[in-house]
Amino acid sequence: MIEIKDIHKQFGKNRVLKGVNLEIKGNGIIAVLGPNGSGKTTIIKCILGMVLPNKGDILLEGKNISKDWKYRDRIDYLPQIANFPNNLSVQELIRMIKDLRRQPQADEHYLIDLFRLEPFLNKKLGNLSGGTKQKVNLLLTFMFDSPIIILDEPTSGLDPISLIRLKELIASEKKKGKSIIITSHIMSFVEEVADEIVFLLEGKIYFKGSISELKKKTDQPDFEHAIASILTHSYA
Amino acid sequence: MLKILKYSFYDLMRSRWSYVYFLFYLLLGIVLLFLNNNLSKAVITLMNVIIILVPLIGTIFGVMYYYNSKEFTELLLAQPINRSSIFLGQYLGVALSLAVSLIIGLGIPFVFYGIFRSDAIWDFSLLLITGSFLTLIFTALAFSIALCNENKIKGFGYAILTWLFMAVIYDGIFLLSLIMFEDYPLDTFSLIATMFNPIDLSRVLILLKLDISALLGYTGALFQKFFGTGFGVLISFLMLVLWVVIPAWFIRHKALRKDF
Repeated sequence: MIEIKDIHKQFGKNRVLKGVNLEIKGNGIIAVLGPNGSGKTTIIKCILGMVLPNKGDILLEGKNISKDWKYRDRIDYLPQIANFPNNLSVQELIRMIKDLRRQPQADEHYLIDLFRLEPFLNKKLGNLSGGTKQKVNLLLTFMFDSPIIILDEPTSGLDPISLIRLKELIASEKKKGKSIIITSHIMSFVEEVADEIVFLLEGKIYFKGSISELKKKTDQPDFEHAIASILTHSYA
Repeated sequence: MLKILKYSFYDLMRSRWSYVYFLFYLLLGIVLLFLNNNLSKAVITLMNVIIILVPLIGTIFGVMYYYNSKEFTELLLAQPINRSSIFLGQYLGVALSLAVSLIIGLGIPFVFYGIFRSDAIWDFSLLLITGSFLTLIFTALAFSIALCNENKIKGFGYAILTWLFMAVIYDGIFLLSLIMFEDYPLDTFSLIATMFNPIDLSRVLILLKLDISALLGYTGALFQKFFGTGFGVLISFLMLVLWVVIPAWFIRHKALRKDF
């Protein structure tokens, strides 16, 4: 579905991606992991066309995405930091994004109930707390029925109940046959939801496979220690 | 692009600053009319204010809006929308809402004073048109500068410097060079130098129309001699259009190549 071919990207002198090759096929949940600054968000932004790679191609459903923008209606994206125009109310923002995506039929009511957003609908976005903003962010992402979902740190700022609801939501989207890409630093969350892991290290893919394969490779009994062992070995 | 324009415009029309700007012009119009007690004189005083202040406000608003809406821009960039529509839409949203505040804010007191029944109506319209042009130009310059600078403080500084240069320093250098090179023929030089500064250009344009030779100054007189009033107005209009189109093109060019 998504094919990333030899992507290179540098910001100034900082080489973030040094030839990443990745193929994401069909449905399932793939988690992109790596230490801070390893290029997780950069890869995601390359897929979305927000960051333009210096070299390499990205194909979505067989078509090259460079200089194209229409393909983005096949992707739902949850940005890492939820910040919206402060003058708008939640309801207006929902209406606006629907209008911009030309999908007026998208149904937000189920998600409003799920995240208990009803009392905030007429409040200005500038007056919402960080966690509530993140819920609005999630709502805007899951409102549309696109075959690809990209979640950048979806758990940040969520309370435990919303976190459970988010997991249920992700599971139900997976059942619909979508491909979901997640980045997160919460290892227990990743272990619970991810089918496959991609581990980025110093701008390259260090490991790709299932969690049990990673445990075997690093010879560690649990996932968190497996990740930690990669990091200590690479830094040493 | 129209959708983005619509939303930026609405967003700004609800913000407090648009109203502050609007009320400021309303007050300025009322005070000037009250003090001058004469429409034509009020128009001339207004010109001097507009030519300095409108660019300043366009610059500050442009930079502020760009940096404040950065996260929102990122949200838009992930949607199936063309990049150039996002940035040109936002730019036009800011510039047009500023122009609307200017036109309505100044328009109301002059309309109540009876501008429609006086001869000064065309001079006043030209003043508003030039003011709108200056808003479009300086907002575009501010957007271009903000796009090139990730650092807010730097972006703000460069934008204010650009305004200061065009509004004050340029004239100083221009005058100095006229004095330094007074032995040489300076007609072409000063004509071209005027074209390269939208503030000077607007001043000449308005004074040509007002036909006050005492205020025209050296370049204004040259303009009149060279092009005549009608052609001079046309040329300066064309230059103002270019001053909008070139930075707007640059915004698009830069936006298509930037990482977010």
